[in-house]
Amino acid sequence: MIFEELGHIEEAELEAQSRFERRIHVCAAAGCLASGADAVKEALSGELQSTGLEERCQMVGVGCMGLCSRGPLVSIQPDNVLLAQVRAKDAKEVVGTLGKKPPKRLACPSDLPFFKRQLKVVLENMGRIDPERIEEYIAVGGYSALHKGLTEMTSQEVIDEVVKSGLRGRGGAGYPTGLKWSQLSKESSPIKYVVCNADEGDPGAFMDRSVLEGDPHRVLEGMILAGYATGATQGFIYVRAEYPLAIKRLNLAIKQASRLGLLGHNICGTPVSFGVEVRVGAGAFVCGEETALMASIEGGRGTPRPRPPFPTQSGIWGRPTMINNVETFANIPPIIRNGGKWLAEIGTEKSKGTKVFSLSGKVVNTGLIEVPMGITLREIIFEIGGGIPFGGKFKAVQTGGPSGGCVPDSGLDVPVDYESLSHLGTIMGSGGMVVMDDSASMVDVARFFLDFSRHESCGKCIPCRVGTVQMHGLLDKIAANRATSEDLAMLEELCDLVRKTSLCGLGQTAPTPVVSTLRHFREEYLSHLSGKA
Amino acid sequence: MPTSVKVKTLRIDGRDVSAREDQTILEVARENDIWIPTLCHLDGLSPVGACRLCLVEIKGSTKLLPACVTAVEEGMEVSTQTEGLESYRRMILELLFSERNHVCSICKSNGHCEMQTLAQRLGLTHIHFPYRYPSLPVDLSHELFGMDHNRCILCTRCVRVCAEIEGAHVWDVMGRGVDARIICDLNQPWGTSETCTSCGKCVHVCPTGALFERGRSASEMDKRPEFLPYLTLMRRAGGE
Amino acid sequence: MSKPTFATIWLDGCSGCHMSFLDMDERLVEILDQVDLVYSPLVDVKEYPEVVDIALVEGAVSTDEDRAKIRKIRAHTKTLISLGDCAVTSNVPAMRNYFPVDSVMKRAYVENAAGGGVIPERGLPKLDPRVCPVHEVVHVDLFIPGCPPSADTIHAALTELLAGRNPDIAALTRFGA
Repeated sequence: MIFEELGHIEEAELEAQSRFERRIHVCAAAGCLASGADAVKEALSGELQSTGLEERCQMVGVGCMGLCSRGPLVSIQPDNVLLAQVRAKDAKEVVGTLGKKPPKRLACPSDLPFFKRQLKVVLENMGRIDPERIEEYIAVGGYSALHKGLTEMTSQEVIDEVVKSGLRGRGGAGYPTGLKWSQLSKESSPIKYVVCNADEGDPGAFMDRSVLEGDPHRVLEGMILAGYATGATQGFIYVRAEYPLAIKRLNLAIKQASRLGLLGHNICGTPVSFGVEVRVGAGAFVCGEETALMASIEGGRGTPRPRPPFPTQSGIWGRPTMINNVETFANIPPIIRNGGKWLAEIGTEKSKGTKVFSLSGKVVNTGLIEVPMGITLREIIFEIGGGIPFGGKFKAVQTGGPSGGCVPDSGLDVPVDYESLSHLGTIMGSGGMVVMDDSASMVDVARFFLDFSRHESCGKCIPCRVGTVQMHGLLDKIAANRATSEDLAMLEELCDLVRKTSLCGLGQTAPTPVVSTLRHFREEYLSHLSGKA
Repeated sequence: MPTSVKVKTLRIDGRDVSAREDQTILEVARENDIWIPTLCHLDGLSPVGACRLCLVEIKGSTKLLPACVTAVEEGMEVSTQTEGLESYRRMILELLFSERNHVCSICKSNGHCEMQTLAQRLGLTHIHFPYRYPSLPVDLSHELFGMDHNRCILCTRCVRVCAEIEGAHVWDVMGRGVDARIICDLNQPWGTSETCTSCGKCVHVCPTGALFERGRSASEMDKRPEFLPYLTLMRRAGGE
Repeated sequence: MSKPTFATIWLDGCSGCHMSFLDMDERLVEILDQVDLVYSPLVDVKEYPEVVDIALVEGAVSTDEDRAKIRKIRAHTKTLISLGDCAVTSNVPAMRNYFPVDSVMKRAYVENAAGGGVIPERGLPKLDPRVCPVHEVVHVDLFIPGCPPSADTIHAALTELLAGRNPDIAALTRFGA
């Protein structure tokens, strides 16, 4: 295929779609599938068939629509009708009211703050296209950024746009993406690798999973552009085995893109070549750490190694390697399509664009959201999230998973960006956001995450391997009201040790849940101490 | 050999020292009789930076860096013996002692153990973290050697010497966190290994009493890792 | 001015540290010139005195009796010293920690007893599930590791203490010495 043919595919697809009067979108992402979306889709299809409407109404399984707490979700277009908590038995009623007023008990207003307060860049196609058909992606402008990048821009110009956009790594640390790209592009090695880190392992995080399940081609497009910009010809997507649906859809997407010549040798007749392979991780959290991830791709034990050398200098099999997170790659197509300046206009001075969060815990609306950087936590939790359910009182919000911390009420009005969250003692992280009400014990929260970290420590360096275990033991003791002030002092001493001396990011950030809860909720720890020291 | 070797000058603990550009801080420090404690490091094996005892402070860097893998740089100012570093080193050693069952008094390597010596040198007189007392096996299936997991500190010197020097790769690591274990081949008794050449290199690079020769009693297992620099030298000479 | 009071205590240990203490030989006389030995397995005093200036503890904490004893001793002692690896690290006594208490008792009193013994029900202190070093139970002021610490080590440490100085223990001894 040559790039011009993309236009033909787009036209053909749009024409095929226009033959239908409406489209019924049924969420086919993991959350809704788990609450029975498959059966809903089947029942709706059956109903369309038996009413003879299947010629006029197209059934599409789509990616995550966001409001996961009210799944399975169904949307009807172009009527802009959203139905929540649909069951298979509702199919007759849903089909019967097509084009009319939808059943009241299912109807979900689409002008809720949950939808209105969001800004979708990464998630722009979610809930709109069938992730298993490349034609649908192309029909909404997919691969046009690749077309533009490969035919109208030099590699350097692609990098320049990424630099201009101000995009920072969405995996958590916020390293400037453009800088990383230009570092790899400057390496002279004939073989370089681009890696997509899809080893999302934080408890309560499902952003990357949703993107891979709902819009896999977008990630591929971002990766190919990265390959072109940096001179890398091989890409790997490292995705955890716990995400079978994401793996299936990625493999399908790679197959479809390869068939159309969008992947492989001489992409669409250009001199650019880029191939992508999926590598499935065996479920070790530490493999989300770049050097451990690379060791795992090489087929070795997934343990980190000291840096430098940095991956962009010496990575997989000693070759320069650049690793970006799923969401980072998913930001690339719109940046190339609309220009870096466009993204840079969204967000705050140092944190540009949007951020996807998976909102969970004690909040009315749980699900997947995308918001502009600079929005406050209060807006996210109380407007988009709808506040605390059952009349509960907000206590804290945890961001960044096992590497992050808890923000109390006093921090709710701080704008969400990398620096502000770090000032509050937590991190942006990859986007996990767990809301807690006043029934939550902060010692238990810290204990939960330390339990996670001690099990996920790879065991290579001593402070992380043993330090996290000792910390967890002390938290157990505190929770059981058996600890003394000496134990608390020992806990703080260990926090400092593990943070300062561990080999990799996992260990260096493992104490954060303790440090942050000690900072904001110290009295809670003190109330657990037994009198004697 | 490279035709021209660049020389870098740096400062370690206030002393001006010069180094080849390909040297690590640890190498240069040792050449200049500046002591930096190590446990996982052994000259002749690839460095892993795992034990964190050789962490040093470098002026201008907020992070502590492992001397064993950090390359020298022109004008670098390194501190190896600050109060903070010494406290961290003691705590790291304490964590090791608390992790498994290091009963020095009855250990075959009592008096010949690098960890024990280091503890004394760092002024450790007790372990203030609670001991874990895990129940761990001793593998006595090999006719010449034994492996006592109670004494293992997971430095992986055995893994590296076997893979890199002997070329047999009998040893590896299995499991995560404190449950990580050195395993033989595919986690089988040492005596049933078909890859082990019974060379004994692993025994003699082991810093503690985890690997030992059978027939030695408490305090009798002295280690002789001197073969390693010799082998490295001979191989380098052979390669030229 | 009266001499400082001095005690030695024997918990779960082999008495090797006390033997080493006695190995100071003629230097014992010199030490005893400077202190008043008020309580020890070596002397016939049943009650721990109200105030003891220096106490050496040999052995790990292994039973409910040890626990109660060391707590009481701590309350009446100014400078409490863990003497030897059992007190400092729990050492050999803690090697039973990998087994449940009942199987330890069975091993000792039934399996290893000639002619099938029985586990005594009275007269034995109750074993704690886990043996631990002294400082896990009470605050310890000084640690003298070694199995046992040599007579020279004990002598040097006591001499320094009695002279009002802080002995540099690591220069004298180590774990397993």
